[in-house]
Amino acid sequence: MLKYILRRILTIPLLLLGVASVAFMLSQMTKGDPLAALVPERMMSDPAVVAAIKAQWGLDEPLPVRYVYYMGNLLRGDMGTSFTTRRPVSTDIAERLPATLELVVAAMIVGTVVGMGIGLVSARFRNTAIDGAGRGFALLGSSVPIFWSGLILLYIFSVRLKWTPGTGRLDARTQPPEGITGFYTIDAALAADWPVFVQALSHLLLPALVLGWSVTGIVARLVRSSLLESLGQDYIRTARAKGAPEHRVLLGHALPNALIPVLTVLGFTFAYLITGAVLTEAIFSWPGIGSYAVSSARSLDYPAIGGVTIVGATAFLLANLVTDLAYAWANPRIKLQ
Amino acid sequence: MTAPLLEVTGLTTTFGTGGKRASAVRGLDFTLEPGKVLGIVGESGSGKSVAMMSMLQLLAPSAKVTGSAIYKGRDLITMGPRDIRKIRGKEIGCIFQDPLSAFNPVKTIGHQIVEAILLHDSKISKRAATEHATSLLADVAIPQPGERLGQYPHEFSGGMRQRAMIAMALANGPNLLIADEPTTALDVTVQAQILDLLRKLTEERGIATILITHDLGVVAGMADEIMVMYAGRVVERGSAEAIFYDTRHPYTRGLIAAMPKLDGPGEILRAIEGTPPSIWTRPPGCSFAPRCSFAIEACRTTEPGLRRVGETETACMRAEELDKGMPA
Ligand SMILES: Nc1ncnc2c1ncn2[C@@H]1O[C@H](COP(=O)(O)OP(=O)(O)OP(=O)(O)O)[C@@H](O)[C@H]1O
Ligand code: SF4
Ligand SMILES: [Mg+2]
Repeated sequence: MLKYILRRILTIPLLLLGVASVAFMLSQMTKGDPLAALVPERMMSDPAVVAAIKAQWGLDEPLPVRYVYYMGNLLRGDMGTSFTTRRPVSTDIAERLPATLELVVAAMIVGTVVGMGIGLVSARFRNTAIDGAGRGFALLGSSVPIFWSGLILLYIFSVRLKWTPGTGRLDARTQPPEGITGFYTIDAALAADWPVFVQALSHLLLPALVLGWSVTGIVARLVRSSLLESLGQDYIRTARAKGAPEHRVLLGHALPNALIPVLTVLGFTFAYLITGAVLTEAIFSWPGIGSYAVSSARSLDYPAIGGVTIVGATAFLLANLVTDLAYAWANPRIKLQ
Repeated sequence: MTAPLLEVTGLTTTFGTGGKRASAVRGLDFTLEPGKVLGIVGESGSGKSVAMMSMLQLLAPSAKVTGSAIYKGRDLITMGPRDIRKIRGKEIGCIFQDPLSAFNPVKTIGHQIVEAILLHDSKISKRAATEHATSLLADVAIPQPGERLGQYPHEFSGGMRQRAMIAMALANGPNLLIADEPTTALDVTVQAQILDLLRKLTEERGIATILITHDLGVVAGMADEIMVMYAGRVVERGSAEAIFYDTRHPYTRGLIAAMPKLDGPGEILRAIEGTPPSIWTRPPGCSFAPRCSFAIEACRTTEPGLRRVGETETACMRAEELDKGMPA
């Protein structure tokens, strides 16, 4: 088991190098010109300045040379310097990743808890009004566009009711809490700075709900259908024939089987949201990876694009590993080797 | 004559929605005395399982059950959910056809047997329940029962799984055991072992048994009484001996002819030609008529009822003519 995990972890860097190579090639193939981000517009007409800047950023080298440089730097843990922020990409990411993670973790908690609840209740009272309401809510969550639900909730709760603060991770004048996790809520709690904790939590609330609602939709529908499938199995009849009450049949026998496919989807949803929470981050001015990805793609900021790609790929590879482990844990018929 | 343990009268089960309903079991009557073995035989779809599941209220809500099944003086059919739960697994144990799908794949065998014990005994400690489960596995001749408890169903062989299923069904000392095709999914060599085990345990403990099968050979050595079902009804019933040696019903004859013979290995089985009607397309008159080589015109219009002819009760209008000597 431990050997299996080690082997999987050791393959991750190799896969990442492959992913980075592909990302590098793809970004070179686009027709756009990153110079726009590097050279001030009024100096564009000065060939000397353009050449100097090209040389400074290594853009004058031929493609294979740049590729070798880039990969060599990557191997040393250097993702290069962003054309737009002019800072090391790793610094940018280290700053933004915790913001995204905090948002995504919160959204996953909301989505999993609410989604499982709705899925369970829907399956238990299938084809009743309760089921209909639950399925409707879930369907809305996975079909209403985030920019719409996000703006509506922001308007109602922040602008009209003023129950929640505006956008961002904290109020404008609040100093971010010091801490190792980069999750403002956790860092503030660890420092016992309760006013900041409450503030961070209240800022997190709406975006987490909006993003979590879409996760809720996925989870609820999957839990419901998976549960209904389990409930039709022979072992359910056996459980009832033993004299098990219905809640025990549902929670003790159907659910553990129904969760096996849900685990996989949860893992991939989590990985997807690391770079896929763009809209939520944009609407709530959340300084995360998603908005970084958008701005770097817009200005053809190769190093930043590469960095974001590596982060996204890492998320998928890790999620894949964790999912496989969880799958084997939940399903004794699977043996990892 | 002792008081019956179970007395079933007019048991009828219909499926369907709204106006479109069809009956899978039609007016089943039988009584079972304590410690006796009743064999129910019939081809697939004859309503054997539905009848049993009806008694235990284990069918989906789309099934409507009428009639009565009086167990120890109380009607199982009309009993509330709490009461029927106390009967299931405590008074009446069940064994199902496919022990692989009948066990929950993600729980250990031990967990599932212990659960069966705890469900009906709130005072017993988990440790005592585990000890009890171990001894149950030993009773059904599973080697190393202590270790086996910690294994999952897929780690058991088919025969071992069915043994474990028997152990679970007997966990709370039931007075009635319903074994629904307990050997159908097993290898022939294992079948005999499982039947022997069932016979031994139920005899020792005086447990009445309803043994369901589509193979007359399975009930031959075990049943005190045999009921032959076809298209939701009993078409013949009698003592095991009478069914084998004095049958009057063409369908029973067909089943006997289809029995695998232990002698004469090369013998071709004579299955009854055709297939039973579905519950939605049952013909009028005798349901067996389309497949019966003795059918006459009257068979297609009038449905014969059960009546005593010779040693058995038979639902065939030509029962008198179909004496022992006649070929099937
Ligand atoms: N839920 C259901 N809805 C509709 N029809 C059903 C349902 N369950 C069973 N039936 C029908 O009832 C009839 C009797 O089925 P049953 O399972 O009792 O047969 P059986 O005698 O046990 O046969 P087998 O040897 O296949 O187990 C079949 O024709 C089946 O199609
Ligand atoms: S009643 Fe007629 S059709 Fe039915 S079994 Fe007897 S002879 Fe055959
Ligand atoms: Mg059956």
